[in-house]
Amino acid sequence: MIRVQSELFDMGAELNRFAADVAGAGAVVSFSGLVRDVATGDLSKMIIEHYPGMTEKALGEIAEQARSRWSLTDVFVLHRYGEMTPGEPIMMVATAARHRADAFAAAEFLMDYLKSRAPFWKQEIAGDKADWVAARDEDEVALKRW
Amino acid sequence: MVELRYFAWLRERVGVGHEQVETEAATVGELINELKDRDEAYAFAFSDLSAIRAAVDQELVEFDAPLAGAREIAFFPPMTGG
Repeated sequence: MIRVQSELFDMGAELNRFAADVAGAGAVVSFSGLVRDVATGDLSKMIIEHYPGMTEKALGEIAEQARSRWSLTDVFVLHRYGEMTPGEPIMMVATAARHRADAFAAAEFLMDYLKSRAPFWKQEIAGDKADWVAARDEDEVALKRW
Repeated sequence: MVELRYFAWLRERVGVGHEQVETEAATVGELINELKDRDEAYAFAFSDLSAIRAAVDQELVEFDAPLAGAREIAFFPPMTGG
């Protein structure tokens, strides 16, 4: 399942709902990304811009790729857009599989791919400065291992 | 006419989020060159192509991708989700 929303979400509730729905799975792995404060410690908010339409399509394709590479019973990707404050969850992925190795690998694959292949852009607002977060070379390198 | 869309700092530099244009360009790269010839805002926005990604009809493509039949072309900086 893919969800793109601006509203805050409850990580525990989402994970419980996901785990309750996965039939035949013996392993559930999840990852959550949080708004991290900047080095200067004065981040007031983060704004995430996305490309409506392409975002859902790209996330769906990434989830399908994960399903084709590993033996998964279910995949969940939730990503927010809009304004959020430090400590709030930005996104989460969860994978369910019969065995943990597939669930772990697929979750890492999903994260690596959505970092640099899903159309989201982060802007950090600190003091009176608004800076777009630059993509990191490591994120591109991370794709090569798959 | 095709719909052009811009995101993040590229949108800020161009000055609009979307616009419709007539183009004779055969590829994404040719369209970028047409835009750069328009005025300084576009020339500045597209000055470093290594910092720009493109999508045709919501699929990520390379700059040599053909535009025949395209309805929506988007330009944006490298993505930073997650």
